[in-house]
Amino acid sequence: MSDVNQERRQFLTKGSALAAGIAIAPGMLLFDFAQARPAGEPASSAVRWGMLIDTTKCESGCDDCVTACRTENGWPEPKTATDVQWMRKVELKQVATGRHVNLPMMCQHCAEPPCVDVCPTGASFKRADGIVLVDKHRCIGCRYCMMACPYEARSFVHEPVLDHDSDMPRGQGTVESCTLCVNRVDRGEQPACVEACTKNGHRALVFGDLNDPNSEIYLRIRSVTSTQLRADLGLNPGISFVGL
Amino acid sequence: MQHKTFAQIESRYFYALTALGALIAGAGMYAAYYIEEHGHVVTGMNNHIVWGLPHVFAIFMIVAASGVLNVASVGSVFGKHVYKARAPLAGLLSIALLAGGLTVLMLDLGRPDHVIVAATHYNPTSVFAWNVLLYSGLFATVALYLWTMMEKRMNPWSKPAGLLVFAWRIILTTGTGLIFAFLVARQAYASAVLPPMFIVLSFAWGLAVFLIVQSVMFSWNELELNPAIQKRLKNLLGIFIVGALYFVAAYHLTNLYFARQTAFEHFILLNGGIYPWLFWGGYVLLGSALPLLLIFHPALGKTRCVLAASALVILGAFALLYVFIIGGQAFPLEIFSGYEVISSSFGDGQIASYAPSLPEILLGGGGLGIAFLITTVGVRALNFLPHDDPKAVQQD
Repeated sequence: MSDVNQERRQFLTKGSALAAGIAIAPGMLLFDFAQARPAGEPASSAVRWGMLIDTTKCESGCDDCVTACRTENGWPEPKTATDVQWMRKVELKQVATGRHVNLPMMCQHCAEPPCVDVCPTGASFKRADGIVLVDKHRCIGCRYCMMACPYEARSFVHEPVLDHDSDMPRGQGTVESCTLCVNRVDRGEQPACVEACTKNGHRALVFGDLNDPNSEIYLRIRSVTSTQLRADLGLNPGISFVGL
Repeated sequence: MQHKTFAQIESRYFYALTALGALIAGAGMYAAYYIEEHGHVVTGMNNHIVWGLPHVFAIFMIVAASGVLNVASVGSVFGKHVYKARAPLAGLLSIALLAGGLTVLMLDLGRPDHVIVAATHYNPTSVFAWNVLLYSGLFATVALYLWTMMEKRMNPWSKPAGLLVFAWRIILTTGTGLIFAFLVARQAYASAVLPPMFIVLSFAWGLAVFLIVQSVMFSWNELELNPAIQKRLKNLLGIFIVGALYFVAAYHLTNLYFARQTAFEHFILLNGGIYPWLFWGGYVLLGSALPLLLIFHPALGKTRCVLAASALVILGAFALLYVFIIGGQAFPLEIFSGYEVISSSFGDGQIASYAPSLPEILLGGGGLGIAFLITTVGVRALNFLPHDDPKAVQQD
């Protein structure tokens, strides 16, 4: 046994590790970069973007996600009932047990969105990858989508918009809501709220492709019990909650 | 006297009335401009109450525009002379009310300047989009119907045209009811009883408008309505009021039976502040019970009573629509089943508040002004006064 070629053994060990690395790395890299979509290429229905909100990790009093959303998308701090709120923080108490639950609330990006069904002009639409958006050029401001939304996730712009982000144009008299930071997602980044929640260490929000068996969100949804809001309506929202 | 036309109204009255109508309509247009300039922040609406007082006015006018045609339908479809003589006036009122209602609806949009998009981009799953066709179609079918009635050569076609209008307006009011019936998540709305309820409400509201206009026209022309016709029309209004009450009761009773809806019904019927007051006091008492008394009490039921009953039915209509549209939105959506909301920057779980603002009142009133203007000019320019043939009245 002494004449074992140590050099050969080391070579095989390192070689195997390298081969494994080469085999896994693209997968790891893909996890990070596959989400970036080349400019000009349409959204694909092979992907369904979604979010898992772990309410057990969502801290009472923390609204970093909401602040990040405001900063990213350029909507002002809400002060009255006429101000827009793309995202809001809600604290709940379970009636039966008295247990407190915190969660951020926004557009649930339904697979069967009522807002899209009722919109007379097709301004409300769902992208092939599941993101529900409003085309500001087509929106006539009838607010029927707001009547139809079971989550009151949409806001009407009640006042002139004097200052807005070039990535996220906004306009008086139209309806708007969470876009899942579509501009960031198309660049392969995470939505601003998810990034903020991860940054502050709470990690209550997980964003990803619900159709990708290797994605973190897919694996989490398979391993923990999650619920959708108003699941009885059969709208199949892209946002799910843990601990609700 | 029977052949005297409304064109013989004294000119100064006509011009004064036209000026009044134009002033009200003009104030409405200015209000619309003001809202567009400053945004809906100058209204009482917010992100909970997204449809406010202008929708109450608009939906009243659109529903009444359909219902007023009932008079024409009974004439053309069922061949009753008394009603046939009134069909042209019913057609004019329908066009006038629809124009007023649609104007309000359109000017209350966030982007009224974008309204053309509703014609260039059409979403076939939207009941609003269907209504774009149904409303414009009603203008066209009623105009055709008027032509077949008022142009002698076209008279043979008035029955098929009347049938077309009859079918169209039933579908149209179904569409108006469906605007609400299709709202899956709102306690106040998602109900299949709403389309038929709106149809029966339209009968009552339309006839009430018709009776008021007819009565004003007869009195200005110093004519007296044949008591037999008066009796028939007032009894019909009474039946429509009872029919409407039946549907409204069915809607609330079914809601009360569903455990998940009882909180909403308690809000609307008992403890919701202004809404129960408007429902019981405005719609049930003043808008239904009192008109029924005025119509059916043996000592009452004369011209003035019928006029008062009609006005009260319209008052009740506004009360009911206010409760239905604004009260329906004020009650919080149940998003988190089994949980109560402790805090929310958006006011989740709270009763939403709403107070109509002056621009909204002026805009809604402007729609009525437009309807009034079209009616006044219409009856002046053309012969819309019902001419009753006493013999035919006997035959009916």
